[in-house]
Amino acid sequence: MSDSDSSQSPPDRRGLIAFAWLWVGAPLAYGLYELVQRATQLFTG
Amino acid sequence: MSPPVAPAGWSRWLVPPAALSVHLSIGQAYAWSVFKPPLESALGLSGTQSALPFQLAIVMLGLSAAFGGTLVERRGPRWAMTVALICFSSGFLISALGAASEQYWLIVLGYGFVGGIGLGIGYISPVSTLIKWFPDRPGMATGIAIMGFGGGALIASPWSAQMLESFGTDSSGIALAFLVHGLSYAVFMLLGVLLVRVPRGTGQGAAAPGGGGAPAVAGRAGAVEGVQVSARSAVRTPQFWCLWVILCMNVTAGIGILEKAAPMITDFFADSSTPVSATAAAGFVALLSAANMAGRIGWSSTSDLIGRKNVYRVYLGVGALMYALIALLGDTSKPLFVGCALVILSFYGGGFATIPAYLKDLFGSHQVGAVHGRLLTAWSTAGVLGPLIVNWIADRQEEAGKHGSALYSLSFFIMIGLLAIGFVANELVRPVHPRHHLPVPGKDADVRQRQQPESA
Repeated sequence: MSDSDSSQSPPDRRGLIAFAWLWVGAPLAYGLYELVQRATQLFTG
Repeated sequence: MSPPVAPAGWSRWLVPPAALSVHLSIGQAYAWSVFKPPLESALGLSGTQSALPFQLAIVMLGLSAAFGGTLVERRGPRWAMTVALICFSSGFLISALGAASEQYWLIVLGYGFVGGIGLGIGYISPVSTLIKWFPDRPGMATGIAIMGFGGGALIASPWSAQMLESFGTDSSGIALAFLVHGLSYAVFMLLGVLLVRVPRGTGQGAAAPGGGGAPAVAGRAGAVEGVQVSARSAVRTPQFWCLWVILCMNVTAGIGILEKAAPMITDFFADSSTPVSATAAAGFVALLSAANMAGRIGWSSTSDLIGRKNVYRVYLGVGALMYALIALLGDTSKPLFVGCALVILSFYGGGFATIPAYLKDLFGSHQVGAVHGRLLTAWSTAGVLGPLIVNWIADRQEEAGKHGSALYSLSFFIMIGLLAIGFVANELVRPVHPRHHLPVPGKDADVRQRQQPESA
């Protein structure tokens, strides 16, 4: 590996990580919200 | 398509969302019941007929996971996720055509057969890759993905219902809903296809030319260490069949509650001063889904700390105790009944999510996805066995004039027996005999060198 290669730091992927987790987290949060709404019926219904 | 090797700086935390995008999609299968009443009224089907696409999909899940596992290991997770995306989405598009033309066989073929292949390949697609990225926490990693399968129904159930409400429940409304499902899931799953990478240094990664140099972002990620057993050899070991029995018994016990949860809680407290209403029973079912999901991530992560054998001792041993409590005292206290059922369902989810890590412990990560695929036949068996036991016994008890909790007592004792069989199978699990191990390249060459005559 040359000096120029080793001096290059790997790209920052924090934005991609946040986007990817939001992509799957948002619909899951919607599903959980709907679930909580129904589950509370056990105590109120 | 060669397996996608991670470039420099690739984070292993990008792999779980890739897996989740697939599992949250294919988990829709458990929300099929939303389509049943509209299909029955629009196409004049019976309840049995409208269940056919789901049943065929589950059969295809088991078959494609069992027979496609080796291919998934060879071609890698991106290929598998692409196949899952194409099959699952095409299944909906074919179903849309079937609903629009009122040809029900097209819905069975599309959702059941084609979509079912997508379910099986999609289910096993990220398992092996996750284990290779998270060798330090395989239980947690596979728990995240398999939790997604449970979460998929939570999303699809209200989403599909709202869609049918907007588009209408006639055949054209159903067709439009299928079309939107197919296209939306294709876009959603695409994230997984684009993001998934195998760590450098695994069998898959090593085979890929010009893979680039992913640094060891996960410490020992990608290193194939310890005992390695091929999928073909694994199914010939007693350990595989012990795990098959464990999974089958644990799933059967969970389905025993899940299958008839709403009528069960209603029957248990029918004669009490505070009977359970239909709305409250629906809330109980929702709470069970939450326990199932929480168990998948919670218990499988716990298995990384206390060990796989110990966590299955809990699932099977404490599970049997919970069933005994419900059978003997369940109708005396609502909180006790609900609490025990929630614990059982958390063990049901945990059992699913922990099994890939147990397989990895015994057979190594070399072909863990393929071994897992073959083991899922235990799920298909339990899917038939669990509902059969509970429904058949409840019907016979009803015919005998029994009612309330007495309808279920016998099935609960049978479940305790099944869990005991699973517990014994777990105790019988020992390390795999060395004759099943794959030869270690370095060690093998060393042995060969030593075997060469001095004069050579």
